[in-house]
Amino acid sequence: MKIAIPAEGQNLESQVNRSFGRTPYFIIVNSDTMEFDVIENQAMNAQGGAGIKAGQTIVDSGAKVVIAFQCGQNAADVLNAAGIKFLKAVPGTIFEVVEKYNKQELAELTDVHPGYHGRGGK
Amino acid sequence: MRIAVLSGKGGTGKTFVSVNLAYAVKDIVYIDCDVEEPNGGLFLKPLIEREEIIEVMEPSVDNEKCNGCKKCVDFCQYNALAYVNDQLLIFNELCHSCRGCVLLCPEKALAETKRGIGQIEYGKSADVKVRTGILNPGEANGIPIIQKLLRDAAQEKTVVIDCPPGSSCAVMESIKDSDYCILVAEPTLFGVHNLSMVYELVKLFDKPYGVVLNKTVEGETIAEDYCRENNIPILMRIPYDPEIALLNSRGEIAAAHKVEHLGLFEELLGKITGGCSLETTSCTKW
Repeated sequence: MKIAIPAEGQNLESQVNRSFGRTPYFIIVNSDTMEFDVIENQAMNAQGGAGIKAGQTIVDSGAKVVIAFQCGQNAADVLNAAGIKFLKAVPGTIFEVVEKYNKQELAELTDVHPGYHGRGGK
Repeated sequence: MRIAVLSGKGGTGKTFVSVNLAYAVKDIVYIDCDVEEPNGGLFLKPLIEREEIIEVMEPSVDNEKCNGCKKCVDFCQYNALAYVNDQLLIFNELCHSCRGCVLLCPEKALAETKRGIGQIEYGKSADVKVRTGILNPGEANGIPIIQKLLRDAAQEKTVVIDCPPGSSCAVMESIKDSDYCILVAEPTLFGVHNLSMVYELVKLFDKPYGVVLNKTVEGETIAEDYCRENNIPILMRIPYDPEIALLNSRGEIAAAHKVEHLGLFEELLGKITGGCSLETTSCTKW
């Protein structure tokens, strides 16, 4: 399975980033082979709509699962439209989180926040 | 002359200064640009002559025509568009109505639609023309209303612009074509912090400016000190006065009640229009 995870660095030893829309990198991992690609997040410094732009990046990457700590409403709208599954990250490296995914130890991400821009505060 | 009245936070007395100045000048246009919570009308009590709905452009997509080239998605600087599962998603609350996506679409799949975001009330209170911008609750961006308010008043001789609080885009839009900026501040530590924000802003915009200190108390000199250190002219000091507070809470205009108050605002106008005869050292260029 192709999984997208927001990451602080550019390899499997990187920590999971706290943010989805404004993470510096996404690591796209094949959970069966642990092969991975790194995508720089063009939305990191966006003035607004970072979640939408990052969501588009993930959709275009072909990932079917996202593992992250949190997600805004706009990003969730984009990922939901693509039928991408959303799981809640746990602290650790990308490698450790994918291992937990393979052992089916990750819960679904349900607490979508209203976003910090655009819809923020509504 | 276009006089903008602004402050780093709400409740310092922007509307108090604006409506009293309008009352003192008489032949003037009062514009309430604080479109999220306009309240100048509570004091001026204008007779509303007409209302105008303000609309913004939003794109709408014909999914039959869209071939998924994503040129619009890549173009949009506000990330208001996404293309997922053979469908264009439009996030209207992020759209800034630039029309770029509509112009760019090679398939002509995007069309312009309109949505009302608020209104402007045009009215009169004695000789004061009163214009009030009102943004609908839940709307994120009142700038199109502010732009229309200021465009309408472009030919007027004397205008006082009651700005939104803070130093955001909406404030920048409100002051950008003004000839003078009055910064209203409270004489507290918090007040000085907020004053410093709008002071930075008017310097960036290269506007002539001066400060009105509101609710001053004997011995509280922190705001005075800040102005002196930065060579900011103090135009006027309004002492803390329960009588003014009472009049204000009743929606009355202080200058209409006491000739002393009226005199203060006439004097304020004189200082703004009369050039550099200000209290502290320098007056910024005209």
